[in-house]
Order: sequence, then C-alpha cells, then structure tokens
Amino acid sequence: MVTRGFSSGRKPPTDTDARIPPGQYLEQGFPVLSAGPTPRVRTEEWSFTLKHGPRPIKKWNWTEFNALPMTRMTRDIHCVTAWTKFDTAWQGVLVDDILADAGIEPPTAFTLALSFDGYTTNVPTKDLTAGKAMVALLYDGKPITADHGGPARLLVPHLYFWKSAKWLNGLQFTERDEPGFWELRGYHIYGDPWREQRYTGDP
Amino acid sequence: MSEPAATQSPWQTVTITRIEKRTPRVTSFFLQPSRPFAYRAGQHVDVRLTAPDGYQARRSYSIASAPEAGETIELAIEKLDDGEVSPFFHEVAAVGDEVELRGPLGGHFVWSDGDGGPILLVGGGSGVVPLMAMIRHRAARKSLVPAALVFSARIWDEVIFRDELIGLDDRQDGFDLVLTLTREPARRPRDYSRRIDAQMMVQSMMRLPEPPSLAFVCGSNAFVSSAAQALIDAGVPAGIIRTERYGV
Repeated sequence: MVTRGFSSGRKPPTDTDARIPPGQYLEQGFPVLSAGPTPRVRTEEWSFTLKHGPRPIKKWNWTEFNALPMTRMTRDIHCVTAWTKFDTAWQGVLVDDILADAGIEPPTAFTLALSFDGYTTNVPTKDLTAGKAMVALLYDGKPITADHGGPARLLVPHLYFWKSAKWLNGLQFTERDEPGFWELRGYHIYGDPWREQRYTGDP
Repeated sequence: MSEPAATQSPWQTVTITRIEKRTPRVTSFFLQPSRPFAYRAGQHVDVRLTAPDGYQARRSYSIASAPEAGETIELAIEKLDDGEVSPFFHEVAAVGDEVELRGPLGGHFVWSDGDGGPILLVGGGSGVVPLMAMIRHRAARKSLVPAALVFSARIWDEVIFRDELIGLDDRQDGFDLVLTLTREPARRPRDYSRRIDAQMMVQSMMRLPEPPSLAFVCGSNAFVSSAAQALIDAGVPAGIIRTERYGV
C-alpha cells in the first residue's frame, strides 16, 4: 500500500542496498536498548562459565579469559527495532576457541546465552561455531562500555542483535531449543534479519 | 508459541480518524484499525510507510491509549527533525489517511491492574507515552493499585497530557503525579526543577503506601540510564525495574 505523500527521502545509495536487510534502515550512531537497568560488572568479579545443562564444564576469570586467542571481527549488525549499522569492529574470543580451551566438542545442538542480569537468549549451536560468533571484549579497539554490554557481550552478527546478549557470563548447552527472554515475549525464536524473522509468527 | 497465520499478513491498514496537538513537538494520532486489535498497556506498534517506488520505512511507537479506550488507538508522536517517519506524521498526515500498522508488540514493558503494585512510573519527555497507557488503564479499571508517576520535561508547556494527568492526580484515588522541569521553575508545591536524582526518587516513593513492587522507566537512553541508576541508589531492587529506551 503506497502511503499518500510519503517519498523515499532517505533511500541509501544503491551500492549499500544489498547490505541492508528488508525493513531495516541505515544508522550511523549506535543506539542502546535493554530490558532493565544497566548492570555495572567489574572485571575483578567477572567470570564466564560454559555449562552443559546445569553442570558447569569450565569457568574462566577475567585474566584467564583474556589469555585465550583473540580474534577481530568487523560486521554489519541489525537490530530488530529496524536499524542496521555497518562495519562494527569487535575483538574477542571465538566460541570455537572457548570450546577448544575447554577441550570439548559442542555436546548439544542448542545453546542459551546467559547474562549477569538474568537475561537469556537462545541460539542454535551451529550459529555460534565455525567462526560465526564470539564473546566480544573490545569495540572499536576499546573496552565495551556498560551500556553496550561490557565487560563482555556475545556477538552473533548474522542474527538480530538481541541475540548478541549483553553482560554475558556464560553459555549453556541445552537439549532442546529453549526460548530466552525476548523469545518468550513475542520475538522470533531464531531471528534471521534476511528473512525478517522479527516476531513470533513470522515465517 | 502460536502458529503463523498462513494467509493473513501481520500488517493491517489503519485510518487516521483524529489528530490532536499535545505540545509544540508532540501530536497524538488516533488510528482506526481495520481488524480487531487487543493490546495491553505499555505495548507498542510498528508503523510502516511505503513510497511510490516501493521504499518502506518503519518505526516503533508506544500506544498512549488504554486498552479500554474503545476502537481507536492513540499514538503520541514526537517530531524528530532528522527523522523519516515522524516528519511524515507531523507535516503530511491528515484525517482520512491510511498507514500500515503491526502489533501489538512487546511483552515486557506492560502492566495490567491484575499485576498489582504499588507501581512507580518514571518518564522523560515522550517516554511518558506507554506510562500514560498504564495510568489510563488504571483509571478505566477503577483500580486502587497505588501508582506514582515522576515525569521529567524541559518546560511546563512540554508536559504531554498535562491537564489530564493533573485531573487524575486531583482525584486522590491512589495516583500521584510528580513533575520535574529541567529548564523552568516548578509550578506546583510538590514539583521539582532539576534532573531526576536518588533523593527525588526516595521522596516520590514516600508518596506510595509501601515500596513499589514494579518500576517502569521510559525515555531516551541517557534519561533511562540516569533514572534507573537513581532508582537503584534510592534502594529499588534492580530486578523490579523495567526499562524501555528509544535507543538514541
């Protein structure tokens, strides 16, 4: 349905069209969204735990985690509130390298990302491995600010950004695909921006 | 999880039936849905505009009306000068125009009288909109759940829904309004003239018969960050604070 009197005032240049998923617009800033107050997590009290169900597999403190192999990743990110930001530059530890340090292969097909504030989000394990995702510690070469999820956040850039959990403190392998915080509150179970899987009921 | 409806688009056409200027920068648009639209106070919708060349722009707006308000949905939209959708509403949209709407959306920043309280609502600027839906819902239900709204605006004339809020406050039925103006002196004895801080939160909570069981904070990111911190500094547990940020 064409809207009377609305014209494409802000259409991006054609060469970037292919990088913007359907229904998204290009944002130059870096908006902040969250469901509650911003937790202030000090690195001295930070830890990261890999779990299989309720059972811890391995736990790292901040120093130990920073000693893991570091990888840089520059990716476009897509928020379900319809902004897309190009070329965000992150540095952190690939989920592959976390698994290698723990000496395990992924035990189940599904993972729940866990945060300090109780936030959770579910991601299929195959979307976290093979270089697709990391636990990011730096943004633009600097420690990630608390607003943006620091000290550490998950980065799963090929899914809507609510999957990239802020204030991450663990990954938990689950037997089933268990809906997380937003997935229980009307958002899509998988969240592929290119298929516009924003809300429950989207194909 | 419900199954997707195979034949029905999640988008529906809505018609603008009334336009009401609220403040110099905020105007309410009353939308008539084309199919039944049930929602909860605090939820939002996505609005989609389509240009003749097929280009589409979508933005999220909170619903200001209470679910009990009848068939039309009220969106109170602030004009953003560098915006893409809000200038359309403010400069182009007229009664009778149609836009596309999807929703209701969001299952976290919501309150129904059955959820109980007391509730503490903290809004900055147009962040008051979803809180207004909760306040109107409370009034429509004749709920006696104690509620306090701390509403920060720059100036008196930018207090959205001002007369209605003061009218509800005057009822003395357990709803309490505290205004704080950041660029003008306070007009009423109980009001403030500064940015929200922990002391203001402590004093506002003393207007409730007991500490809040839920707090809702909505506004710009900077507003929500500082207001949520003020609540925490005032002793409100982080786990009962729900936030909604415009993202800028």
